[in-house]
Amino acid sequence: MGIEARNVTKRYGEFLALDDVSVAVRDGSLTALLGPSGGGKSTLLRVIAGLEEPDDGTVIIGDEEVTNHPPQRREVGFVFQHYAAFKHMSVADNVGFGLAVKKRPKSEITKKVQELLDLVGLSHLGKRYPNQLSGGQRQRMALARALAVEPQVLLLDEPFGALDARVREELRAWLRRLHDEVHVTTIFVTHDQEEALEISEQVVVINEGRVEQSAAPQEVYDNPANEFVMGFVGPVTKVGDRLVRPHDVQVFEHPGEGTQPAEVIRLARLGFEVRAELQLGEGDALSAQLSRAEADLLELAEGQIVHVRIEPVVSPSA
Amino acid sequence: MTAGRLSLRVVALGYLGLLLLVPIGMVFYRALENGIGPAWDAVTTPPAQHAFYLTCMIALIAVPLNAIFGIACAWLLARYEFRGKRLLDTIIDLPFAISPVVVGLALILVWGREGWFASTSVIFSVPGMILATIFVSLPFVVREVEPVLREEGIDQEQAAATLGANTFQILRRITLPTIRWGLTYGIILSTARALGEFGAVAIVSGKISGRTETLTLFVEDRFQSLDLAGAYAAALVLALIAVAVLALMTILQRKYKDH
Repeated sequence: MGIEARNVTKRYGEFLALDDVSVAVRDGSLTALLGPSGGGKSTLLRVIAGLEEPDDGTVIIGDEEVTNHPPQRREVGFVFQHYAAFKHMSVADNVGFGLAVKKRPKSEITKKVQELLDLVGLSHLGKRYPNQLSGGQRQRMALARALAVEPQVLLLDEPFGALDARVREELRAWLRRLHDEVHVTTIFVTHDQEEALEISEQVVVINEGRVEQSAAPQEVYDNPANEFVMGFVGPVTKVGDRLVRPHDVQVFEHPGEGTQPAEVIRLARLGFEVRAELQLGEGDALSAQLSRAEADLLELAEGQIVHVRIEPVVSPSA
Repeated sequence: MTAGRLSLRVVALGYLGLLLLVPIGMVFYRALENGIGPAWDAVTTPPAQHAFYLTCMIALIAVPLNAIFGIACAWLLARYEFRGKRLLDTIIDLPFAISPVVVGLALILVWGREGWFASTSVIFSVPGMILATIFVSLPFVVREVEPVLREEGIDQEQAAATLGANTFQILRRITLPTIRWGLTYGIILSTARALGEFGAVAIVSGKISGRTETLTLFVEDRFQSLDLAGAYAAALVLALIAVAVLALMTILQRKYKDH
């Protein structure tokens, strides 16, 4: 089922959380709502789920307008940042909750719960309680719980935000594989550009209640709609009054066509990647990103004078 | 243990012992001085039995009403913003602040012969006593449940809603289990207060022996009539109920911590 939000506006008192936002999501796709905290992306997700009422605008799921439907009637699976685990129920009862309130027969619930626990890799933990699980396991339980009612769409609100970096990366890859298996239209909210670019098919950048850009990940990275998007989806460095990506700063040992001299102020070696803080003649500071092999070839050292040429492949269109 | 800590302990325990344990111990001692037999006889006279029955009956009506009102009120305070919320919050604490005697007088002003809702069946009879008891034991459930609701937040309820649960199912399967220990604790405190209330009930009841006399009033009645054995025996019953409530609370508190 496709999802569409049309001209959605939401105010909290004086604060304008969503300002005439329109977003369309294709059936079966995996879409990221990306943006800084407080920018309105979670509010949009909650409006789609029916957990917040928009002041204006419509929400369409599939062919049906659901703007005035309560969450119970929208058939959405919602996953919360802090899991929202039912603490007084076992893992299996958590997963089976949606089926139990629909009064499905016990045997059917047991079977479905087992299937889902297998799917999320928790089949051995069904009798445990949520407080006996790790954060990552709790979030997988929450996902299984949301999938149990066979929702038309799956909405995830910063699903990995409360987890530590390593678990977050694992779950990210796992969510991508899961989506390939289950094929349910999915929207997830994140403030982590890497997460958005890595697993989604469409990225919607939201800031200050407005959509800044909505496009494929590569497109958002390569052709950012404006400086905000450019700065948000990847590293940037300022040269004069324009923004460039540090990997578009080319570093040479000898002067050449269109190069400027620069002094290496600081070098940071991060495994494969080397980041150099440079100072241009006129006093401008900029950073360059090189591969380790490039840096070794140049024998880069702090205090060295190098020559840089800035060839932006990427620049904001506005 | 250092001498300082030891002496602090002695002082604290000594203070509690002298002010609380010794007097209550004396009640037990005096009531059972001549063995269980006379004490048993004293608390099984018809007026004593009626006082016991009336005390329990009033608590059985007042406490459930306060529990239901308490949950609704705690829900309102924890989940919604509205005009007059702070006023409501303050009013709920009123019974903690006002002397029960004033409560009793106020009820007479409202329901008494000269009152707004002048009625012959409220003052000097059981309905008035129930009203007084509800008044004095009202805040406990709200004050125990509200912080739990606030702390747990709304996520679980919203998750249940997206999974298709209706309001009643959310209340029964999510909210009530979440607040169960706070609610139990509030109910126990409320019960203890209802059973032990004296001042407010004394004023509105008229203290008619065998009709509008609760256990606390019965104790006073026996005491005034110089029936000390009867007074101590009835006081013992009250004290035993209190000890049972305390024990229950301690057990639940321990469970509370595990969850």
